[in-house]
Amino acid sequence: MVKIFGEFNDKELKSREFIKLIFSPSSVPLQQRWRNNSLSADFLADYLMTLFHQDENDPKRLEKQIEIKDTISYIANELLENAMKFNDDSSPYPISIQLHLYDDRLSLCISNSIPAAKVAQFQSFINKLLSTEPQDFYIQQIETAEKDGSISSGLGLLTIIDDYGAKLGWKFENLQLLNEPNYPLYYIKNQMKWLNFWFRVRKWFVARSKNPNITIVTTMVQLAI
Amino acid sequence: MKQIFGEYAEETVKSKEFLKIGFTPNSTQLQQRWRNNGLSADFLADYLTTFFPIDDNEPSTLQRATELKGAVSYIANELLENSMKFHNPNDDYPITLEVKLYNEHLVLCVTNSISPANLLKFQSIIHDLEHIEPQELYVRQIKQASKNDGNSSGLGLLTIIDDYEAKIGWKFETIQTQKPTEQTLVTTMVQLSI
Amino acid sequence: MDIITEDYSIKYDTETSTIHWQGIMRLNGKEYNPIAELLNEIAALEPSQITLNLQKLEGLNSSGITMLGKFIFKLAKKKTIGLLIQCSKKITWQQKSVKNFQRLMPKLQIEWD
Repeated sequence: MVKIFGEFNDKELKSREFIKLIFSPSSVPLQQRWRNNSLSADFLADYLMTLFHQDENDPKRLEKQIEIKDTISYIANELLENAMKFNDDSSPYPISIQLHLYDDRLSLCISNSIPAAKVAQFQSFINKLLSTEPQDFYIQQIETAEKDGSISSGLGLLTIIDDYGAKLGWKFENLQLLNEPNYPLYYIKNQMKWLNFWFRVRKWFVARSKNPNITIVTTMVQLAI
Repeated sequence: MKQIFGEYAEETVKSKEFLKIGFTPNSTQLQQRWRNNGLSADFLADYLTTFFPIDDNEPSTLQRATELKGAVSYIANELLENSMKFHNPNDDYPITLEVKLYNEHLVLCVTNSISPANLLKFQSIIHDLEHIEPQELYVRQIKQASKNDGNSSGLGLLTIIDDYEAKIGWKFETIQTQKPTEQTLVTTMVQLSI
Repeated sequence: MDIITEDYSIKYDTETSTIHWQGIMRLNGKEYNPIAELLNEIAALEPSQITLNLQKLEGLNSSGITMLGKFIFKLAKKKTIGLLIQCSKKITWQQKSVKNFQRLMPKLQIEWD
């Protein structure tokens, strides 16, 4: 079962460049690994900067490129912090983030596992984020955080949309792949051997028996450049 | 087709931690991509140090982390530079760099596609590494490099084995790609005790 | 009343009631608590105006923005302390996100370098 929220572009064109980072599920406490979020975000931003054609005689362009670099560093860090915080560590699926560069835009996609019990809560947060005026949402979130003395305000996603002008979308996928109507067709179309197909079915059953209730959520950010 | 050279070990025990980076090899000018090799290698090394916490009362922990960071950064960069040299320029099969952490060692793997012409060249470098004494090979590589104006393919791999005391191995395998043609992939694996 | 670490520092200048921020802060939620406490202690001194100089704070994550937002909101309710924020146009997160603080405190003064 797949559910989409916001502006999620599932049928991507081929990108000019991409880079993907895949992180293993970790047994080390998140606090010890926290610095890796920032490290990874800055790496993606620096990597992207290298892909741009740099012209020293065009300071305007360079300025714009630096702004894009800082934007990617901020957004990737927010996405990674969220993914690491909310990931279901019992899931065998790794967390991954990928950056795709197109001629006129770029996209960041991050995937992590969440327990089925948390899905509804997250989806209602998304609905609220998408349906409330940004200014009202901002004040509401700070007010609530101040009242509860809470530390998380859900402001990260709001700043991505409102301050950085990016489009945001989500895809929720259950791991019950066989329920997808075209699952076998997909493999026939791709001329995979049936043996391989059965192997995958078996693997799916094993995975399912171990992790019956895991949902993978992919958050997509699209930014015009 | 699948061929193994040197000390290549398929994973039998699951790693404690891993990080994998995949990226498109083409389109950008070589010089800029070169910068990204260094960035990626340094990032991987820095990322890894998180799993080797430093205890201020134990100076050896700092030394170990610093040494390991230096070794991983050097080796990953050499592997990436090689993958850029040998990858098949006619396809856009992604290059991947992976680090896996185990209790007593870590593994670095780089996978890239390779063209038939480069395949022979690469396998002859491997042949030399396996059959010639390191010191003799070192001298030979330097001489050759000074003759061909700095093309020092093979020296990087030699330093990994000799200076960093790592085990190295290769896997060549042919896979079906979406195009009608087949594609040969090479994975270079470096094992380093920690 | 200073907090100094490898990645960032926060220093309070009593004479000018200015809090100087420097470095990159991408802390994990609760790690901001000591900083929020420091801000509250400064507000408890009841200066007529507080200045937040962010011109050297190159990076701040949304948890940090929330911490600042909560402080500004508190001052806005209190009404006895004025607030000036000094920013840098060269720092992207400030360009993008500082303007929102005005929503929490309409009388807030923002000064760009």
